[in-house]
Amino acid sequence: MTPALEIKDLQKIYKGDFHALKGISLSVEQGDFFALLGPNGAGKSTTIGVITSLVNKTSGTVKVFGHDIDKALETAKSFIGLVPQEFNFNQFESLTRILVNQAGYYGVERNIAHKRAEKYLKQLDLWEKRDTPARMLSGGMKRRLMIARALMHEPKVLILDEPTAGVDIELRRSMWEFLRELNAEGITIILTTHYLEEAEMLCRNIAIIDNGQIVENTSMKQLLATLDIETFILDLPANSIQATLNDFSYRQIDDHTLEVDVKKTQGLNSVFAQLSEQGVQVLSMRNKSNRLEELFVRLVANKEPAA
Amino acid sequence: MMSSTNFIALKSILHKEVHRFMRIWVQTLVPPAITISLYFVIFGSLIGSRIGQMGGFDYMSFIVPGLIMMSVITNSYSNVASSFFSAKWQRNVEEMLVAPVPNWVIVAGYVGGGMSRGILVGCIVTLIALFFTDIQIHNIWVILLTVSLTSAVFALGGLINAVFAGSFDDISIIPTFVLTPLTYLGGVFYSISLLPPFWQGVSQINPIVYMVNAFRYGFLGISDVELSTAFTVLGIFIIGLWATAMYLIKKGIGLRS
Repeated sequence: MTPALEIKDLQKIYKGDFHALKGISLSVEQGDFFALLGPNGAGKSTTIGVITSLVNKTSGTVKVFGHDIDKALETAKSFIGLVPQEFNFNQFESLTRILVNQAGYYGVERNIAHKRAEKYLKQLDLWEKRDTPARMLSGGMKRRLMIARALMHEPKVLILDEPTAGVDIELRRSMWEFLRELNAEGITIILTTHYLEEAEMLCRNIAIIDNGQIVENTSMKQLLATLDIETFILDLPANSIQATLNDFSYRQIDDHTLEVDVKKTQGLNSVFAQLSEQGVQVLSMRNKSNRLEELFVRLVANKEPAA
Repeated sequence: MMSSTNFIALKSILHKEVHRFMRIWVQTLVPPAITISLYFVIFGSLIGSRIGQMGGFDYMSFIVPGLIMMSVITNSYSNVASSFFSAKWQRNVEEMLVAPVPNWVIVAGYVGGGMSRGILVGCIVTLIALFFTDIQIHNIWVILLTVSLTSAVFALGGLINAVFAGSFDDISIIPTFVLTPLTYLGGVFYSISLLPPFWQGVSQINPIVYMVNAFRYGFLGISDVELSTAFTVLGIFIIGLWATAMYLIKKGIGLRS
């Protein structure tokens, strides 16, 4: 099957000789939920800018559903829906007008566009605000408006650049649910995010960019499988005795918190057994940090490009 | 041939542009009406009655076509300059750039919006002029062709200005320091045949002289320049400015990194 997105040896050198992309190659299959991660300034937004023609590439090829942006730019663009990082709609226009005009740019007749605007505004809980100027919306509403706008021409691939930045947890989770539904309907989704938990929960495949290069490009499962140590925080009763754990690396943070590094081969039973023997009760336990976050930090710190 | 997708996209841009200046009509339609009314009162009624005839017509009748054209020029220019720069500044120009809208549709859409406002303001000014003098029409087709081509020229000029502009100040520099002097010296208030030969020669490099005179010919049947020369000048400007605007949008000057 033709990939939804295929990038080969993409380079971007900005004025002043800043080498933002140093030969990025990646492929996103149709129907995928794909995460593009990287620290600030790594090249995520530049990559998205090139795909959507907001940034002129220096060299390399980009194909959207097999259509090369150098040869069939307008066809390639018609497949893409973009939710950019910054708010970029007319702040003085009403929500309905923003959506209907956007659909018009893709050749959607106004009567059809009005029906779609109603559908997406209702789905994204913005219907009550349909005649309100966009500047009057809250930050979360503005983010949802940009998602609705990106869907107006019913794209086959939806690219979201930090869609949940600054959004509260409840709203973030409802947006995740909405994106999952879109993906289940067959829309390919490419997501950049700073919330690694978000990528881990939603995405099946992942590429990590650092310093303009891909340092990892694999499935989420495979990536997480490479993690051989997890750190657990054990909550103990106040004034617990100093516990000792053989064969484990551990740290007593204070009189009621113990931090233990557990290798995949070791398991947790031995930790509990040793603590029980010493009469130390474990009240609760949690992961120290998100698993993907640990991998991300490690990969970005290594700065080794993927083969 | 224009595909239906491009036609719908063009209609959408036009719709957006017309809605924009109608939504803020107090800023876009009322000020030119007031300004031109003052010109009619001061230059036409008060001073004009002492000037006597100009080109065989009373002064008020002589300046009416020029004043209509002046309002068309400034409004078609400023509409596109402010609308396109505002779209750049708010970054909502990206809505069009990421969509499969050909560059010529973007240029035509904005120019069409500028022409619409220029011509609408021209109609308002014409209606106001009827309160001060009778308006005669010598050749309606010359009037319509001149006003359409002139508004297109200045709408294209406004678009190019907005592409290069980096701040709101940059979209007022050209109207203040170039457009206004050229318009005032473009034969709106006088016949260039009254000028000494040297200044008559200088006036002939002012494109607005040709536009104002062709327009005046449509109303009064008099002109300081040949009609064919006026339309040739308009045609050259439209082709040159259209090509420039297309090149700038294609290159993404001020729009793409």
